[in-house]
Amino acid sequence: MLNRKYVPILVTFGLLAVMFAAGSFRYTGFFSAQVLFNLLIDNAFLIITAVGMTFVIVAGGIDLSVGSVIALTTMVSASLVEQHGWSPAVVIPLVLVMGATFGTIMGAIIHYFKIQPFIVTLAGMFLARGLCYIISIDTITITNGFFTKVAQTKIALPGDSFISINVVIALAVVAGAIYLAHYTRFGRNAYAIGGSEQSALLMGLPVARTKILIYAFSGFCSALAGVVFTFYMLSGYGLHAMGLELDTIAAVVIGGTLLTGGVGYVAGTFIGVLIQGVIQTIISFEGTLSSWWTKIVIGLLLFVFILFQRLLSERRVSLKT
Amino acid sequence: MGGKLVRHHLFWPLCVLGALLLFNLLYSPDFFSLVLRDGNLYGSLIDILNFGAPLILVSIGMTLVIATGGIDLSVGSIVAISGAIACLSISKGTDQSSIMLVLTAVGASVLLSLVLGLWNGALVTVTRIQPIIATLILMVAGRGIAQLITSGQIITVSNPNYEYIGAGSLAALPFSIFIVAGMLVLASLLTRRTALGLFIESVGSNANASRLAGLRSRTVILAVYVFCGLCAGIAGLILSANVSSADGNNAGLWYELDAILAVVIGGTSLNGGRFYLIGTVVGALIIQTLTTTIYMIGVPPEITLVVKAFVVLAVCLIQSEAFRKTLKLRWKKRHYPAEQEVTRHA
Repeated sequence: MLNRKYVPILVTFGLLAVMFAAGSFRYTGFFSAQVLFNLLIDNAFLIITAVGMTFVIVAGGIDLSVGSVIALTTMVSASLVEQHGWSPAVVIPLVLVMGATFGTIMGAIIHYFKIQPFIVTLAGMFLARGLCYIISIDTITITNGFFTKVAQTKIALPGDSFISINVVIALAVVAGAIYLAHYTRFGRNAYAIGGSEQSALLMGLPVARTKILIYAFSGFCSALAGVVFTFYMLSGYGLHAMGLELDTIAAVVIGGTLLTGGVGYVAGTFIGVLIQGVIQTIISFEGTLSSWWTKIVIGLLLFVFILFQRLLSERRVSLKT
Repeated sequence: MGGKLVRHHLFWPLCVLGALLLFNLLYSPDFFSLVLRDGNLYGSLIDILNFGAPLILVSIGMTLVIATGGIDLSVGSIVAISGAIACLSISKGTDQSSIMLVLTAVGASVLLSLVLGLWNGALVTVTRIQPIIATLILMVAGRGIAQLITSGQIITVSNPNYEYIGAGSLAALPFSIFIVAGMLVLASLLTRRTALGLFIESVGSNANASRLAGLRSRTVILAVYVFCGLCAGIAGLILSANVSSADGNNAGLWYELDAILAVVIGGTSLNGGRFYLIGTVVGALIIQTLTTTIYMIGVPPEITLVVKAFVVLAVCLIQSEAFRKTLKLRWKKRHYPAEQEVTRHA
């Protein structure tokens, strides 16, 4: 018997399938494994960011700093590798630690000083974006051997298709996050805090530690996404990933996570990102449509989805009573 | 007496604003000087008011929305759409000198922003979507709509009547200040001289309880979103009239964040149930003064965001009860452990 709680995810998945099918019928060359893999290649960084965001939103918070942290990561990596000649083996762990620390600090401020996550992460967004410009206001192109090699490596798959190393990283993050969310104490605690922080506290759950860890995890994911983004763009730039926080939140919401916290799935977020990717692919296949249609369609889709979730949750409530 | 003063909601915001102004005074003594030229006042203070006008306006609308426990992320997009519609209708007009043309354009954008506000309000009240997502829809789609209206270009108009809204002056002061003052008085009168303010706070504390007490919660919530849309629409007019052009991509970008910040700095809690219009105005002035200060002291523009981040954090920390308690505790522990002991025993 199908569990009711999986219905939103299945619908999201169904929508992805329908959109992909519609694209395949309409455009020649759309229906191929490579188009599907390109979705993953082009959105690997978004997948990783959105996974971190899912935890934050499930726990009832929000993280607006993700886009800026990605930009900062690309900037720091590019600057250290290109201008200071550091080895990527040092730089990559360093930026990951930096992202996690950034998240930890924001989490600590949010928890201990009881300031709304919206405001704290907003300040974090300004700070990270500003730090980028302090490093440099220009693009720093990366010519380092390791970065270019990773960027150009294609992992061949059957059927003449390929994926990049970024995709492998993103899929590993998704798998790891699913495990983290559903099979560890940390994941349980995150859901509990999102359901009701008060109750979680009264139950004796480590609210402080979990909350701070969640923001640290989101910071880490953003930094990892930044590394992936560096592989993808091969440059560091303060304007990279502008407004990405909105795409991320939209992907998480389309994936069925409630912004009130306590409900949501990492797998849903993954599909949410792919849906956004399919929209963009369809628009690029259409050719005549301008880029702003992406925004309008994503907005409409958000609307349809949220409305649908709303109806679904209302029905669930009425069934209970 | 002193404690009462410190506890007043305007105390900390005003302190910050005062500190910023004091810093400016020390940094450049002629900061406060006003010059009367061609019947118009010029000076840094006037600039702050003039450039801050759209932000203050948006923040006033945002305050009421936040007071009901909601949030409106779409104001930046509404600013862009309103400016785009006005500039489009003016650029399409045949008789540029006609005042009717400007009135029609202004009317069209005001009407559209009311409709957009109504859309937000309807999503929140009728379909009962959480405000942050309900308005996220228009925030994402609105930017696209604004670009659609301007076809991705920047529409430039040269209409002196339209320019007057954003750059004209009345009684030696910029005209935009009067618009803002008018809306502020309107909002204050409506909320503090009628029961409406109480309704808003009551709905913000507990919408369900208010409904059971016989309040039309939904109507109140719907009204504040419409008002917020109106404020954003007028701000969009001022902003686009000031530069005589509409840019669907960049107009009003990050306005929602600045406006929310202004509201929070002004002492209104994001949880709803209480609101301070004057506090919000002070908050918006702090943000604008900060921007002006940063430009004036010649900080490279690239560091602006870093400074802003620290100021935002500092202001929020000062206002945080928990932070102040921690600080007090630290201070006491470090300096007067004996005295604390005495008071505890006494």
